[in-house]
Amino acid sequence: MTELAESHTTADRGYLTEKGFRSWAYTLDHKRIGVMYLFTTLLFFFVGGMFAMLLRLKLMTPGPGLISDHTYNVFFTLHGALMIFLFIIPAIPSALGNFFIPIMIGARDVAFPRLNIISYWIFVAGIIVTLASLSSPMDTGWTFYTPYSARTGAAVTTLSLGLFLVGMSSILTGINFIVTIHRLRAPGMTWNRLPLFIWGMYATSIIQVLATPVIGITFLLLAAERLFGIGFFDPAKGGDPLLFQHFFWFYSHPVVYVMILPAMGIISEVIPVFSRKPIFGYRAIASSSLAIAFIGFLVWGHHMFVSGMSSTASVIFSFLTFFVAVPTGIKVFNWIATMYRGSITFESPMLYALTFIFLFIAGGLTGPFLGALGTNVQLHDTYFVVAHFHYTMMGGTVMGFFAGLHYWFPKMSGRMASERLARVAWWFIFIGFNVTFFTMFILGLKGMPRRWAEYPPQYQDLHIVSTVGSWVLAIGVFIMFWNFAYNLFRGRPAPANPWRGLTLEWQTSSPPQTENFAEIPVVTDWPYGYGKKDDKGSRSKE
Amino acid sequence: MTETKHTTEQQGAALETAKLGIWAFLATEVLLFGGLFTAYTVLRVGDPQMFHTEYLKLNRLFGAINTVVLITSSLTVALGIAAIREGKTGTLKRCLLLTILLAAAFLGIKYAEYAEHFARGELPRTNNFFSLYYMMTGLHAIHVFAGMAALATMLVMAGRGKFSAEEHTPVEITGLYWHFVDLVWIYLFPLLYLIG
Repeated sequence: MTELAESHTTADRGYLTEKGFRSWAYTLDHKRIGVMYLFTTLLFFFVGGMFAMLLRLKLMTPGPGLISDHTYNVFFTLHGALMIFLFIIPAIPSALGNFFIPIMIGARDVAFPRLNIISYWIFVAGIIVTLASLSSPMDTGWTFYTPYSARTGAAVTTLSLGLFLVGMSSILTGINFIVTIHRLRAPGMTWNRLPLFIWGMYATSIIQVLATPVIGITFLLLAAERLFGIGFFDPAKGGDPLLFQHFFWFYSHPVVYVMILPAMGIISEVIPVFSRKPIFGYRAIASSSLAIAFIGFLVWGHHMFVSGMSSTASVIFSFLTFFVAVPTGIKVFNWIATMYRGSITFESPMLYALTFIFLFIAGGLTGPFLGALGTNVQLHDTYFVVAHFHYTMMGGTVMGFFAGLHYWFPKMSGRMASERLARVAWWFIFIGFNVTFFTMFILGLKGMPRRWAEYPPQYQDLHIVSTVGSWVLAIGVFIMFWNFAYNLFRGRPAPANPWRGLTLEWQTSSPPQTENFAEIPVVTDWPYGYGKKDDKGSRSKE
Repeated sequence: MTETKHTTEQQGAALETAKLGIWAFLATEVLLFGGLFTAYTVLRVGDPQMFHTEYLKLNRLFGAINTVVLITSSLTVALGIAAIREGKTGTLKRCLLLTILLAAAFLGIKYAEYAEHFARGELPRTNNFFSLYYMMTGLHAIHVFAGMAALATMLVMAGRGKFSAEEHTPVEITGLYWHFVDLVWIYLFPLLYLIG
């Protein structure tokens, strides 16, 4: 296999050889589709990030500052909605998942290549409709709570339909992944030898397939509420606004795991490679992904403790919310146990993986304050929630995404990125992130409510600190992507296996050829057998 | 990898893959309608009296005829699939055509029902019962329409001789989808027309 990979000369650009718009727009190659998703979602990462910068800028002063209150509402809605629906949810599954799932299980493509490209174009159509709603921008917050969203003059209908399309694309992608993982594994690739990224993606796809239709029907009902004047969510017409919240969170909480599980999958790949040790507790990590997916469906009510749910229901949801921490804790302990006595090297993917663990623990440990009924009532809708959310989502998912980008950049582009530049960027990102968001924990504990455009002056100092932090963070992100962009063209050619990984994507050339492998590999062992060749590591039973 | 394998074996694998895909898709469809069933439950509990008086206004006869029409269409699709498994393309085409006609009849009757309600001023915004009625039957009608389009595609493909006893995966998939559309109606009919 390795000889074969090396025989691919650097002049051969693998799947990237063919040029021209049509060769991309109509492609059935999962790798090209993954790359297209990557660029599309990154675009919205930057747009959403710009809104975040503007919000922070405005919040430097307590009074009416640069932008009006209405514009502020629009900006934070757009920041939230674009980041969530067009970046965090699709980024890892649709971009990295599409690229690597077939390669890592030793398949030539996904199960339904045509459906794959269709779902990309549905995604783009959804984005276009979503952007059409900017004609009269949303001011509802990304949660679209009724009855306000049913009455506001903003283009809620357009946005709902746009997000319905985005959701449809996500469903189709999820179905494609599930079937691919079930049916197209290479000979010898048993479920017990599946890379952990694949396990994460499998659990993710299940959530996508089972949760997304519920938000789909919710968006349809919201659109119908506005178009036909039906009143399912309108108390004045005998409807129930809580019904909307239940529907919304029945989707939106499990989707938190759509955001985090793929990132956890990436971390599970990176940690053993850069520790040169077999992953500890392979089965525990794999099954905890499924457990998170399952329990994730039972915790949505913790978003509604103060909405007027029955207290019995609140207690049950509170309990279940604590319960979901168990499989998450299992993963974290296993990663740490994997690193224990490993020969750890701190290349950029590992740096971001460790950042993920660090920030995610910080985000995770602040979760119980919100999951517990009593403290929740105190902290509900304060900056504490904003900080917790950003520590788990940006500190978790986005850092996992960055780890994945650094880890797989050589494979995807066929070039090496600069390690030195990656480190510089990392320092900026790590410091900037903590200055920006740790400050928000303090703000929240002091009682600063979220979503407020203007605030009492005693909070100003901390807001200034947070805003300055956001600049440092932005500089870091800019350096990181400059590193990628520059080395996409100028980087030195990447070897097939720069990190000495054992999963299948490293057994083919960088970048991979159109059908991934010259010959479908036969798998004889699990992908984490570092150290001695026949060292089975922690995998006790087989 | 697959080049050496026997053709029918490949076809079998392709069919299994496609079936897994359509089943996953149908699971999402169940959840899509599930939202409406949940809304029905919640809203009905909120105002059972109104639901009782309003349900009396639905046309049970049309509903019953439509049920028969749709169940029959499920049968014709099943017969078509059975035929193509034996390579009888002619029977498949007749069955597909019959199914499409039955689907059209269903939509025609639905149209008459809607017209009747509209004439009486029973609109989607009238009350939550009619909101639900229109949302549920409307979403179902969209699915019937999509099913008709799929069946028509199958008919055209069959006309071009694309199917045989060995290769007819798309027909089986379309058939499964059509059974699902039928099944949803089997739940909608008693829920809206029969339970007062």
